[in-house]
Amino acid sequence: MWRVGTVVALHDETATARTITLEVPDWPGHVAGQHVDVRLTASDGYSAVRSYSIASAPNAERRVELTVERLPNGEVSPYLTQELAVGDRLELRGPIGGWFVWRTQQTEPIQLIAGGSGIVPLMAMIRSRASTGSTAPFRLLYSVRESEAVFYRDHLQTLLDRDDKVNLTYAYTRVAPKDWPRPPGRIDAALIANTTWPSNLVPTCYVCGPTSFVESATGFLSACGNSPDKIRTERFGPTGDRK
Amino acid sequence: MGIISRGFSGRRSAADAKLPPGQYLTTDFPVLSAGPTPHVSLDRWEFVIDDGTNVLRRWDWKSFRELPSETFTVDIHCVTRWSKLGTSWEGVSLEVLLADLKTDLSYAMFRSYGDYTTNLPLKDVINKQAWIAFKFDGADLAPEHGGPARLLIPHLYFWKSAKWVKGLTLMSHDKPGFWESLGYHIYGDPWREQRYSGDE
Repeated sequence: MWRVGTVVALHDETATARTITLEVPDWPGHVAGQHVDVRLTASDGYSAVRSYSIASAPNAERRVELTVERLPNGEVSPYLTQELAVGDRLELRGPIGGWFVWRTQQTEPIQLIAGGSGIVPLMAMIRSRASTGSTAPFRLLYSVRESEAVFYRDHLQTLLDRDDKVNLTYAYTRVAPKDWPRPPGRIDAALIANTTWPSNLVPTCYVCGPTSFVESATGFLSACGNSPDKIRTERFGPTGDRK
Repeated sequence: MGIISRGFSGRRSAADAKLPPGQYLTTDFPVLSAGPTPHVSLDRWEFVIDDGTNVLRRWDWKSFRELPSETFTVDIHCVTRWSKLGTSWEGVSLEVLLADLKTDLSYAMFRSYGDYTTNLPLKDVINKQAWIAFKFDGADLAPEHGGPARLLIPHLYFWKSAKWVKGLTLMSHDKPGFWESLGYHIYGDPWREQRYSGDE
């Protein structure tokens, strides 16, 4: 069943990523980590559909936020990040997915690991935790190219400032800020060992990012003693167009 | 027809005609998995057919690779909407694995290393419709794509083609597997666009 949402706000997260806020009158609610299918239709009836993770926490206002990274040769993401305007209507289906989700009843330590735009469903989890007053301890390891590529920087800082049970480590792969303790580079065994929950606390781990990133992050988590059944993943390939 | 997206024209290609509804063509090979990639060593690998109570057939890697295999070229369709045409594989047909096995049971639950499961009617598995594949494009199947061996059942959405497969359990009734319990369709025919539970 396709629902119709109206664009009520647009916000650029970075030079290539835009957050779209939709008001969806018949939205049935969602769980943090779920995604939607978005359908675009041309005037001759041709349509294209892609999946996008929901960035917003479940809320009573029936608002759904999607953050879309523009892919250079994408069919749908350039439209969503450049053409779409406030007031436009957009068709979506969902919410979809029951695996890569964080439910507010979960009280165990949570380890989030994001690679680039893989932050989106993890942000929904952090926001969901905050909006429901959950006290589950969260850690986020967020690997990005450079500081200009960080999504949700201000909102993350606000959440960190008011809650010492949420902890955030940035890891820069290309350019690190001046005086940053770790030189730029891909995530490695030491970073995972030093910044994620000790495995004896039995955290549930959520890893989202490009395939190669997820493969290496989950490998390091396993090497630190985390059991595979406590590690949930969401991957996107180069043409997956799924953010 | 849906709401017209003002200013959207889309990108069409001749290949779209060969695609199931709602799919787009890709030339690379995206990876989607629910958890970490298991790394299964060949000396521990086995493939077991059981009926829930008794083991009916069992192969280790050596005896499995001694079975007659075939190379085949098929189109694959992922529920996340990418399709890849003309992929070439080598594997053992389920026809071979199920040969001489007399059973009244009509369904199968395929099981994988890493605890993934997926359910299939047995009639979809026989008649040269499914293989246990161990090579892709002439090379050993990479772990992230399901190596050492994965189920390949190209006429259904690709989540049914279980990676790291280690056996199947015959069942009298259909029962949802992993994704089928988490919002995805019990059968998953791409030509009927059976993506999610509730799709007809």
